[in-house]
Amino acid sequence: MANTAVDMEERLHAPAHGAVATEAVHAEGQQHPIKLYLVVWGWLFVLSTFSYLVDYFGLHGYLRWSLILLFMMLKAGLIVAVFMHMAWERLALTYAILLPPVVVFVFVAIMALESEYTHFLRVLFFATPS
Amino acid sequence: MAETVLTNPGQSPARLEGWRGIAADWASDQRAFKNVSWGKAMMWIFLLSDTFIFSCFLLSYMTARMSTTVPWPNPSEVFALNIGGNHMPMILIAIMTFVLISSSGTMAMAVNFGYRRDRVRTAILMLVTAAFGATFVGMQAFEWTKLIMEGVRPWGNPWGAPQFGASFFMITGFHGTHVTFGVIFLIAIARKVFRGDFDVERRGFFTSRRGNYEIVEITGLYWHFVDLVWVFIFAFFYLW
Repeated sequence: MANTAVDMEERLHAPAHGAVATEAVHAEGQQHPIKLYLVVWGWLFVLSTFSYLVDYFGLHGYLRWSLILLFMMLKAGLIVAVFMHMAWERLALTYAILLPPVVVFVFVAIMALESEYTHFLRVLFFATPS
Repeated sequence: MAETVLTNPGQSPARLEGWRGIAADWASDQRAFKNVSWGKAMMWIFLLSDTFIFSCFLLSYMTARMSTTVPWPNPSEVFALNIGGNHMPMILIAIMTFVLISSSGTMAMAVNFGYRRDRVRTAILMLVTAAFGATFVGMQAFEWTKLIMEGVRPWGNPWGAPQFGASFFMITGFHGTHVTFGVIFLIAIARKVFRGDFDVERRGFFTSRRGNYEIVEITGLYWHFVDLVWVFIFAFFYLW
């Protein structure tokens, strides 16, 4: 009885959503040559080694920070674009998912200002007099 | 069937690209994500919300580290290991990074074989991914044990700013939990794949619906996201 109901429900929805949609995905998209994945995999290894070497060689200051950020963004980009197939999705999905995290930078700016201020107050009032 | 297609503009073959495509997709009836199933769209939206959670953790870590007047412990030294008499800075974290990246690689291959309907290879690659994930969690447990033995607590540690422990346990703990659930998820789906559920269209235990190989890609999205979060934790917490 329950199965009949599910059957009915599936028949009602299948042409509009389920079946055709999955067919479309199979046909349009996420079928890529294995070689592409292997190349990206290799690059992720290389980039991870680079970011480890940044620490190993004890680089300092802005050079260290910019290299860390560079390798991080490259790795994140490769994972999202190729492994998660974002490069082949329609822009409606890509922008819906990738734009909102960008707003986090506003939060970063607010909290950076706030922590500078907290740090200033701590130095002013709580630092041990030397 | 042809009529169904004709009366269903969402499935018409010619879809606009670029900005006009975005406007057309979002302004259209019923669904904005045209060639993406609800399962995949919902996984992406879940991952977006998870992004915000991890962003908040990393932000609170940034705030704690920027506002403290006490020096932050040097992660390069804190996470160093002595292997065979050699002092190796950060070596365990580097190995954990490579393990997780390898697991992402095997997962991507599993998705590929899934869409080729290669039942056995897909299941094996998913189980290899799960094994890498379990290895990662094991190494993390080792790392936690080592730090706790050395006296790191959420409220203090022997080397500097007391917020170090709280940030460390919160961030890596939450990430490790994600990896653990990912391993369980992978094993559950690998079992279904191996049993041939998606070839004979067996009905799901909870949903009574027929599944298909797309679930491998959805599992993969979650798994790659866990790897992605680690990329950020590695950069901001361990290397910074």
